Formats: sequence, structure tokens, C-alpha cells
Amino acid sequence: MSAIELRGLTKVYPGGVKALDSLDLTIPDGEFFALLGPSGCGKTTLLRTIAGLETATGGAVVIGGRDVTGVQPGGRDIAMVFQDYALFPHMDVTDNIAYPLRIKKVARSTREQKAAEVGARLGLDKLMDRRPGQLSGGQQQRVALARVMATQAQAFLFDEPLSNLDARLRLEARTFLKKLQHELGVTTVFVTHDQAEALAMADRMAVMESGHIRQIGTPAEVFQRPANTFVAGFIGSTPMNLLDGVVRGDTVEVADCKLAVPQSAEGLLRDGEKIVYGVRPEYNGYSAEPVDGSLVGKVSIVENLGASYLVTLDVNGVPVQAVVPEGHEPALGDEGYALPRRDRALIYRDGELVSA
Amino acid sequence: MAQATLPPEVLDDAKARRYNADAAGLGRLRAGAFVAPALVLISLFLVFPALWVLYLSLSNYRLTGAAAAAPQSVGFDNFVKALTDPEFWSSTWLTFEFVLGSAVIGQVVLGFLIAWIMRDRTGPIKRIVEGLVILAWILPSAVVSFLWVALLDRDGGTLNTLLHAQDFAPLLDHPMLSIIVFNIWRGAAFSMMLYGAALGNVPPSHLESARLAGASGWQQLRDVVFPHIRGHVLTNLLLISLWTFNDFTPFLLTAGGPDGKTEVLSVHVYQVALQGGELGYGAAVSTVILLINLVVAVFYLRLLRSKK
Ligand SMILES: Nc1ncnc2c1ncn2[C@@H]1O[C@H](COP(=O)(O)OP(=O)(O)OP(=O)(O)O)[C@@H](O)[C@H]1O
Ligand SMILES: [Mg+2]
Repeated sequence: MSAIELRGLTKVYPGGVKALDSLDLTIPDGEFFALLGPSGCGKTTLLRTIAGLETATGGAVVIGGRDVTGVQPGGRDIAMVFQDYALFPHMDVTDNIAYPLRIKKVARSTREQKAAEVGARLGLDKLMDRRPGQLSGGQQQRVALARVMATQAQAFLFDEPLSNLDARLRLEARTFLKKLQHELGVTTVFVTHDQAEALAMADRMAVMESGHIRQIGTPAEVFQRPANTFVAGFIGSTPMNLLDGVVRGDTVEVADCKLAVPQSAEGLLRDGEKIVYGVRPEYNGYSAEPVDGSLVGKVSIVENLGASYLVTLDVNGVPVQAVVPEGHEPALGDEGYALPRRDRALIYRDGELVSA
Repeated sequence: MAQATLPPEVLDDAKARRYNADAAGLGRLRAGAFVAPALVLISLFLVFPALWVLYLSLSNYRLTGAAAAAPQSVGFDNFVKALTDPEFWSSTWLTFEFVLGSAVIGQVVLGFLIAWIMRDRTGPIKRIVEGLVILAWILPSAVVSFLWVALLDRDGGTLNTLLHAQDFAPLLDHPMLSIIVFNIWRGAAFSMMLYGAALGNVPPSHLESARLAGASGWQQLRDVVFPHIRGHVLTNLLLISLWTFNDFTPFLLTAGGPDGKTEVLSVHVYQVALQGGELGYGAAVSTVILLINLVVAVFYLRLLRSKK
């Protein structure tokens, strides 16, 4: 159990792909840390470089205060769950869980006892004699977790461990994994491209884009105050409205509508400067009656989200989205008014969040 | 095809069954006609000679002389003679050495090593190594045996010239070792390619998982690679054991000599049947070889099946 520290970590693949670009990151001891980002942004590469399965082109990996940049994967004292679980098909569950202990030359009786103990904790006690081929996907995932737990490594690395599970099992596994991690208190880095997963499970998370970290923070911070337009557009089940605007005194002019300056940017804007006005559809109050300081337009699309509707207004040619509770959804072509919440709307200048 | 266009209700049960058994819809006769040429070829060149050998093995047929004109049945005399002949047994033992040394150990180990070392390599080195190994395999036997004789010859052989040695004559001093090394060199390509393909089937995450646990190279082979390619190893062993067992190329290098030290069974048959003229006896030895091959094949196939 120990902190992971990355200093100026760079990874260039043969062929010139720069998958990590001098990346700095500190993950404190015991934290459940999620790496999130679009496909190809370097999440897997980062995880594999921490594990030592890829050699860093530059920079350093420090685990528990020890610089392990040049150390073989086996010497780093970390354990990893692979996306395909990587269970050995010719070994039964006990042998699979005990495998890392066997490599460490732990006596057979000790390691079998340990495997039984960890297996029982993960509800595998009746399956210990089976081979991986005789287990369901969820059970295989738990065996992979058990193997990691049995090692008592300093840190755990998970590469999309839930992506092979069906939607329901995934929710269960998510809760289970989070609980388990908090009980064990082992530093864990978790790669996912499912933002709901990251928001739900992580203590802190990083959003990556093409080899860079664009924001680090708690899920709440990242969701409520995306540090830049990339994160703003990436996070959230429905993407944030990012509207070009110009500052006019103490209002912001967006698509020929005058909006109040959001609280977070009060007093920080210069008259006449070009900015991007951001507001999540969830924080964009919809009304059929005229409201002061709102975005006015015609309803062009209505999408059903289940318990609510996503309404797209055409505001002088600019699409603006708002979430409307069920039963209040407008008809296509209606005149609509969207009033952004002042305490939730954000201003971006040159792509970066404006805030005190 | 005509049946396929019938409406389904016309096809009663019996018809449906026949239709399934006869997927191409040709009927027994026409289907037979398609298979006939192949069957004729197989009978002519495989079944008939095999039966002919069996028949000969029970006779005193010779290449020349009275017994050539009118061979007589001698029962199992030829077999008794073979099994009591020390030369036959020494040939069997030499064949065993040859198969074990050059195929089971040499080609398998060398082929696997090359495949293992080259597994994640790309580019010119891999292509050159594989090209050379495969070249040794595809060159005609006559050419490669000449090359090896030229290499190992006592008088002005390449090896002697390179070593500045006089009178170093591997083919005379270490004849069995020479043909074993020759056959390893000659046949490693097949094993290399087979293992190359097999190693591609080992999931990288399994190897990485073992590496993370701290497994050494040997432990990775034992715990991850070998269990995955076990079937390939057995198939490989089966094929190259049989090929090597029946291989006649050693004759081109040493002609069975010196002193019969490299007279493996295939060479032995040639010597007794064609040089010695005892076709009946040679046929009996061939039959014994066939039986040994069958035993070897059944042994490996059993192992393969026990995998499941
Ligand atoms: N072995 C490799 N050789 C060359 N380039 C690679 C290699 N592996 C990954 N890349 C490249 O590096 C970049 C980062 O890849 P990486 O696998 O880390 O992405 P990721 O964030 O895990 O994506 P995903 O969510 O799709 O798994 C990509 O542009 C990819 O094409
Ligand atoms: Mg990935």
C-alpha cells in the first residue's frame, strides 16, 4: 500500500505515436483513482507503463517512494486485472488465485489456505475446483480480483475490468468493487471509458486527451466545474451546451440573447471579449412562458431520456439543449425559453474555465 | 438441386432423411462417379502396393534368379529371420537414435527456440532468419546432401579448410552425429513455422499476467506457453517422428556406412532388398516398419485425445 507518483512520464511507441506526453500525476496512498478519456487517449498505455509492461521513453514511475522506472514488472510489487481477466485455462480457481504466491515460492499449504480465504470473501467458495472455462463472466471477474487480492501488492491496476459484463452485472460489480477497495485500502488505478463508472466509483479521477491529463479532481469537481471545454464536452450523459458569446457589460450575449454573467465568473470578464458560455442541459431551466435573460428559440428536437426529455431549441440557428421533466415536454415547433442556472453556468476563455 | 425446389410438404420423412444424407442431391451413383477417380488413384498407388508388399513379405521373391521367376510362399519365415537378425535390431536402434536425436529433441527444440526468440520481432532480422531456415527445408535433397558432403568431407571439405584441420572427417568419425545434425538443420523449419503459429495463439495478457507475478522466462514457458501449445507440440512430434523414421536422405550422405553405423531402417530395407536382392525379406522388414509407424502414431494420437 503506497502512493504512485509519475514524473514527466513520456511514452513514444515505435513508429512515432506519442501515447503519453510528459505526464505528471500523484495518486496518494489508498486512493481509488479513475482514468477516463476517449478511445486512444493513452489510458491503457499509462496503466501498462505504471505496471512496467511498456518501458517509459522518458520520466519516472515512483511507487511507494521507490523509483521503479527501470524495474521489471515482477519487481514492482503491483497487481493488475486485465480486461480479459487472463485466467489460466488449465488451472482451477484455487491454482489461479494462488499463482502469484506460487511464483513467490510460498508453501503449498499456505497459499491454498490464502486462496480459500480470499475466494470465500469474494463468494467463490463453491467454485474453487472449477476451471475458468466453467465459470460465468462475473465469476471469472471475481477470480481475477481474488488473484490480485491474494498478492497483497502495493497497488492494484484495473484495465476496464467491467467492460465484459452485462449492464446489470456491471452495476453490481461496480458497487462491490468500490466497497472492496475501501475495505482493503490499497491504492488502485482504474481505467474506464465509461464516465458513469468513473463518476460513481472513483475518489478522484483524471480526464485524459491524446496523452495529456486535462483535469484531475473529485468526480463532483469534474462534473460540476470542468476545467476546459474538452472536459466539459466529454463529461456528462448529455454533453454540455458550449455556446460562443461576447461579454456586453454585465451580461453575456449568446446567439442574440442576453444572459446574466454566471456567479463563478462575476467580475472576471472584460467588456467586449469573446468567450464560450457553458451550461449543462440539466441546469438549463425550460419554460414555455417568456422569461427574462433566457435563450429563446423554437423546439427542433425532443428526445426521450426515460424520466425526462432532452429538448433542443433552435436559438437563432444555434442548437441549445435543456432537460425537461416528463409531462412538461413541449411539442415540436413550440416557442421555448431556456434559463441557465447562474450558479451552475460556466464561462470559458480560450478553452479554459474562468474562475476565481 | 431438383429436390431442393420441391415445396417442403412434398418431402415426407424418409425423403427428408435421404435429402439430409445426400446434401449435394446427386444420388449415390453420380456421387460415386465423382469420387471414383480419386479412389482409383489411391488404390493404384497406395493400397495395391501395400497389399503387394504384404504378399511379397510372405514369399521368397528375389530381384534375380529362379526365385524372381517363380517366387514361392515361405510363410512367416522372413519375419522370423528379420526379428532374429542382429542387423535388423541394430538398424532399429540406430533409427531410434536418429529419430530421438534429430526430430524429437533437435528439430523440436531448435524450431521452438527460433520461434520463441523471433516471436515479437519484426523487420529484416526475422525475415532473414526465417528465410534461411526455410531455405534449408525447401532445397532438394540431392542438393543439400551434396552441400553437406562438401562441407564435411575429409579431403578439402569446407569445415576442414575453415578449421585448418587435417583429416578431420566427421562423416567417418561421428557418422550418426553428422546425420543427426544434418537432419536438425534440414527439418527445423517445419517445427519453427508450426510453433510460430502456435505462439500467436497464446494470449499476450496471460504472459503479462505471469510477468507481473514475477515469473521467470522458464516459468512463463511452463505455466502459460506450454499448456496453450500442448496440442501443437504433440501434432508436431507425431508428424516429424514419422517423417524422420521413414527418411531416406541419410543414405545420400553416408550410404549407411561406415560399417553400417548409419544404417537406419529405411536404408536397411534398401540395402537388403535392392542391393542384396532379397525382395521378400525387404518387404517383411517394410511391413515391420509400417507396424512401428502405426504404434508411434497411435501413441501420439492417444496423448492428443487425453488432452480433452
Ligand atoms: N503497441 C503499440 N504500438 C504503436 N502504437 C500504439 C500501441 N499501443 C497503442 N498505441 C497507440 O497509442 C495511443 C494510445 O493507446 P491506448 O491503448 O493507450 O489508448 P486507450 O486510451 O487505452 O484507448 P481505449 O479506450 O480504446 O482502450 C493510440 O493512439 C494507439 O494507437
Ligand atoms: Mg485501452
